[in-house]
Amino acid sequence: MRRSMLFFPGNSANMLLNADFLGSDSMILDLEDAVAPTEKDSARILVRNAIRDLGYTREVIVRINPVDSPYWEKDLQTIIPVKPDMIMPTKVSCADDVKIISDYIAGLEEQLGMEVGTVKLIPLIETALGVENAYQIASSDPRVEAIFLGGEDLTADLRCKRTKEGNEIFYARSRMVMAARAAGVDVYDTPWTDVEDYEGLIKDAEFAKSLGFTGKSSISPRHVTFINEVFSPTEEEIQYARDVFATIEKAKAEGKGVVSLRGKMIDAPIVARAAQVLEAAEAMKGGR
Amino acid sequence: MKEKAWAGTMESSDIYVEVEPLATGSGIDLTVNSVVYAQFGDAIEKTIMETLESLAIDDMKVVANDRGAVDCTIKARVETAVRRLKEEA
Amino acid sequence: MNGKLVKDLKEAIRLSGLEDGMTISFHHHLRNGDMVAVMVMEAICEMGIRNLNVNISSIFDTHEPFIGYIEDGVITGIETNYMGGVVGRAISEGLLDKPVIFRTHGGRPSDIISGKSPIDVAFIAAPTSDCMGNCTGKIGKSACGSLGYAFADAMYAGKSVVITDNLAEYPLVDYSIAENYIDYVVVVDKIGEPSGIVSGTTKITKDPVGLVIADYAARAIDASGLLVDGFSFQTGAGGASLAAAKYLKDIMLRKGVQGSYGLGGITSYMVDMMQSGCFKALYDVQCFDLDAIASLRTNPNHMEVTAAHYASPTAKSSAVDSLDVVILGATEIDTNFNVNVHTDSNGYIMGGSGGHSDTAAGAKMSMIVAPLSRARLPIVVDQVMCKSTPGHTVDVLVTQRGIAVNPLRGDLRDRFLDAGLPVFDIHELRDMAEKLNGKPKMLTRGDREVAKVIYRDGTLLDTIYNVPVR
Repeated sequence: MRRSMLFFPGNSANMLLNADFLGSDSMILDLEDAVAPTEKDSARILVRNAIRDLGYTREVIVRINPVDSPYWEKDLQTIIPVKPDMIMPTKVSCADDVKIISDYIAGLEEQLGMEVGTVKLIPLIETALGVENAYQIASSDPRVEAIFLGGEDLTADLRCKRTKEGNEIFYARSRMVMAARAAGVDVYDTPWTDVEDYEGLIKDAEFAKSLGFTGKSSISPRHVTFINEVFSPTEEEIQYARDVFATIEKAKAEGKGVVSLRGKMIDAPIVARAAQVLEAAEAMKGGR
Repeated sequence: MKEKAWAGTMESSDIYVEVEPLATGSGIDLTVNSVVYAQFGDAIEKTIMETLESLAIDDMKVVANDRGAVDCTIKARVETAVRRLKEEA
Repeated sequence: MNGKLVKDLKEAIRLSGLEDGMTISFHHHLRNGDMVAVMVMEAICEMGIRNLNVNISSIFDTHEPFIGYIEDGVITGIETNYMGGVVGRAISEGLLDKPVIFRTHGGRPSDIISGKSPIDVAFIAAPTSDCMGNCTGKIGKSACGSLGYAFADAMYAGKSVVITDNLAEYPLVDYSIAENYIDYVVVVDKIGEPSGIVSGTTKITKDPVGLVIADYAARAIDASGLLVDGFSFQTGAGGASLAAAKYLKDIMLRKGVQGSYGLGGITSYMVDMMQSGCFKALYDVQCFDLDAIASLRTNPNHMEVTAAHYASPTAKSSAVDSLDVVILGATEIDTNFNVNVHTDSNGYIMGGSGGHSDTAAGAKMSMIVAPLSRARLPIVVDQVMCKSTPGHTVDVLVTQRGIAVNPLRGDLRDRFLDAGLPVFDIHELRDMAEKLNGKPKMLTRGDREVAKVIYRDGTLLDTIYNVPVR
């Protein structure tokens, strides 16, 4: 279960040392914007060693440099051998961008004797063209497990101002959710960038959830608590999900075919949703 | 090969490593300064020597200023410095 | 009106009757900006008086010249509650023949009042005084706020000398220490460096690890069952402790909890909590920043308390006795929950109890906040190098990785688990840190006693030995 994702600068030894303890469901170890061009080499080696030796228990995503940069191949050559859960390609604008990376990873996986397709992808969509091509990107490759909206770069591309209200990315958010769900993958929201404004963060996260986002990313560990709360099922939702399964069990025992709960027929989507809720509730136990 | 290269930072939990080539047969000339020298000095030296060996380095001057880095960080910074020296970065 | 004014410091020292072998005292409210202790020592040295025992509530790095006075035999004994790293290092290397006596902020006034540690002459730096010695720290160019640690000295010393750089008209309004305890008043140009006395504002940490620790700490307090109307609280001025106070404030406001009092060294964050309605009152033994001083001066609910009222174990009652929760720091904590705040990882003195063990003993829940490791050194060790606060008074350790609860407090453990907090055995936290960092080599200590740590009840808690010079 992935509700929150937290970014960590790839060249910070101290942050990588603590990345596993800061509460996010996934951690994004960043080789791109958080690393100066002169430190790309040291960051990728540091991130590789951290993944290899620190025994991370949470999902590891490595954000690599864009395909039009001189770094992305070196990034993958260095990182794929330590088997991150996912790679986050950046500035993805079309299905071909995904294909290039997927094929390159496949080559590395073969060389390394790994099963081809082991490492998954979560493309970062942060251009107008990328948003327009979101469905093609989401359905471009079996490695793609989710897509991710980058609001800051997108608004630069749209030549508009990024605001707290977020009207300027409303279309992009809706489009991303639609594309992801149509392609059967998850979808993650852009970080909230005002570190101190928790109320704004909660409102923004609740809005993203209401649109259908799976979860939200963050640049501040303090935000993670709130994001996890927003994207976790509520007590009521958990009780309802339990009731769904209890009702099904009871119906089975009584030999009934069609069952209903609180006046509504329990159909496949309701069962699927209830299963998701209980899975999420189980994963939430005993942590942040 | 460059005349000198370095990697790392002086931030807490990091290590700053400087390397210079030495003539063949000179061996490794290693200096370690560390805020935790009393507790980890030997361990740091051992990790640096092993990393150099794994990179097939026999002759090199290495100066390390350690701020409490763990092994995987020490290894990363040494490797980066050596690669930069050999212009493999 | 000249009152008790004398022409200069040397005249006051002469009149006080100070002789070789006596005990003098200072307070530390001017913190690292204090100029008075060194100024007095200089005058004493010039007058040829030697072999003095110095009882000073805390020693900061600004007191570095003490090292010279020790070498010259002017100072031959030190009693204190806290010692910064500069003098601490010299002491640890064996500078002083007689072991330093470390007390607590509560133990010091207790021993002064009972006569166990008598003071011959107290030198009291006062940011404002009138000519009869009514004095305060609330106003003046060197304002420091509360003078809490100086009261016992003024009241129980053989002679008490006030040293000020701001002479006010008699009678001083809203004085802290009253004239009936003061023998002489000396006016000097400057008693302290304002930038070293208080920080402009105290800042909470921006370090993500510190914020996670603070988040767990606040949630643990919420889960403890103690966060109800009437709640009382103390926190240190460290970054993570302040962040915890800020998160605690959010919880208290959200739940509408009306606390009773905030205690201890006071920062702008505690002032903000009182002003927001989290506490009815503040008991202030020491101001840490300008907001705290301003609040102490203007808000009648923000009250100056003496060190004895704050924490004395022999007082009829002290404020720590009614404390619900205290958040404290540590350089090391062992698997029996004993805490070291006296020495650093190499065994050098760089701290002291202050109010650590007083509040830990008094509070219903004492909580240590610390990262799992600092620069590769694990916070949890098998045995602390110095026992500053005994483990049976320490209830909870909060790290970024999780929370360890003293086995004596199974009740708290159950509450934390119910609240979904990550609770571990303290040995597990030790093992996690070792797995990440490796096991540090044990240090060998010297065999010369350089300091004795006296617990608040007067018993010897631990002995600190010299660090062999490498």
